[in-house]
Amino acid sequence: MEIDPFIFRLSIFILSIFVGYYVVWSVTPSLHTPLMSVTNAISSVIIVGAIIAALSGSDGVVFSSSSIYGFLAIILAAVNIFGGFLVTQRMLAMYKKKKKDK
Amino acid sequence: MSANLSAILYLVSGVLFILALRGLSSPETSRQGNLFGIIGMVIAVTVTFLSVGNFSSGFVYVLIFLAIGGSIGAFIAYRIPMTAMPELVAGFHSLVGLAAVFVAISAFINPAAFNLGTPGNIKLASLIEMAIGAAVGAITFSGSVIAFLKLQGIMSGAPITFKGQHLLNALLLILIVILTIYLCSTQSSNLFWILIAISFLIGFLIIIPIGGADMPVVISMLNSYSGWAAAGIGFTLENTALIITGALVGSSGAILSYIMCKGMNRSFFNVILGGFGATDQTSGSQNKEQRPVKSGNADDAAFLMKNASSVIIVPGYGMAVAQAQHALREMVDTLKKNDIKVSYAIHPVAGRMPGHMNVLLAEANVPYDEVFELEEINNDFANADVAFVIGANDVTNPVAKTDPQSPIYGMPVLDVEKCKSVLFVKRSLSPGYAGIDNDLFYKENTLMLFADAKKMTEDITKNL
Repeated sequence: MEIDPFIFRLSIFILSIFVGYYVVWSVTPSLHTPLMSVTNAISSVIIVGAIIAALSGSDGVVFSSSSIYGFLAIILAAVNIFGGFLVTQRMLAMYKKKKKDK
Repeated sequence: MSANLSAILYLVSGVLFILALRGLSSPETSRQGNLFGIIGMVIAVTVTFLSVGNFSSGFVYVLIFLAIGGSIGAFIAYRIPMTAMPELVAGFHSLVGLAAVFVAISAFINPAAFNLGTPGNIKLASLIEMAIGAAVGAITFSGSVIAFLKLQGIMSGAPITFKGQHLLNALLLILIVILTIYLCSTQSSNLFWILIAISFLIGFLIIIPIGGADMPVVISMLNSYSGWAAAGIGFTLENTALIITGALVGSSGAILSYIMCKGMNRSFFNVILGGFGATDQTSGSQNKEQRPVKSGNADDAAFLMKNASSVIIVPGYGMAVAQAQHALREMVDTLKKNDIKVSYAIHPVAGRMPGHMNVLLAEANVPYDEVFELEEINNDFANADVAFVIGANDVTNPVAKTDPQSPIYGMPVLDVEKCKSVLFVKRSLSPGYAGIDNDLFYKENTLMLFADAKKMTEDITKNL
């Protein structure tokens, strides 16, 4: 009997939870705020779904009832992607070590 | 692009996201990690364009909307003050949630575009995944909006509770499960809309009873939800990048919630059920006998610090409110010029989100190797001359160690009282979030500095 592809995705999902568990525990507490903003940015990879939805319209019809939701989702996810990565960048740039010359 | 190739590239972008989080294990590698995250995102978006392969007029609109959202995001990212980071993160969570809802709706209306069947005849597994993605997304959205309003001060941070609240929430959750089951058998779009509406309502209802200072837990929890919502949509779209990311973000948020709860010695359910602090007013008023406090001015504080050889600074949410981090750094610079050793002690739940204080101090150019976590520095208080408490309260309360009756008993606290002298900057003697008096105010070696944190710090610097 063939294995349902769903099982493979479920395996990836479960293993990723474990990867996430160990990776996040190793994050230093002083970087917990950047951790939140970067997880925010990467969870906006949901834009992948938004793009598929937005381009789902049949030929000639750009804005169908389903693609409009896709376009809206693109805006929301894009705000998050750009905002999330840039604000993380901005924060991380501020973390400096003690100057050596002192 | 072949389906196999795009699946592999999605996997690559998932791995890059893992590396992005991995980079955060130290500030040195963190910037590189962020870069990995950006590359992962670019790969995911590019692959999607290539695999849809539809470069019609719709494609132009996608780019336009992408640019609109992107510029809004970039604008916010550059303009936002660091003190407003908790609000920003809550706001961003709400967007992820809403985006998940929109994608789920679109997939429900036009399943053919996603290879999920035809309207009214969607594959069962996809329908369940869609319903989960939409419900969790909607809860994330409305919950984050409330958290945002509370953090922004538009809505009062006080817990809003009413009778039968938990029962109502439980009933609504059961209703969602029932609706999902019916949805699967009938494929009715009306049920799908009702499901989303009820999920919005639940998100709203579960966050209103939670008070302002419990926001670190709430934000972490919503972070986790936004991940699970993304994962739900990832299953619907059969997209590994989304599934991996969803799982990563989901567990990240869950771990942060756990750390925050532990920092308050409260169970997750205790926080979520809410109403903390509101019920303790009665017990607080009983022992309201006037106890003597020593108060001083900037001059006294400067004198104490000048004669110290080591000072530990304990910042809290009040420092963020007063925007005192820069003034504080200037004060510390002056102290260092006088060869006084200065370090910072950060309690896990100081501020309104995990790591809030660290970011503010980094913004004020405080080197991160002078900033220590609770376990790292707690033993040093006994050897320090002065503890300078600025904007923190409950996290320094010795009652947590001595009085089993206290609502904060057992919570890990900073051993500030072990210092030779304690300088406590506060506007008044009012109790902190937990609604209890801080014993530290009345200790022999405590000097209260009643003033705005920023102004007091500036005045001390002048007197040094």
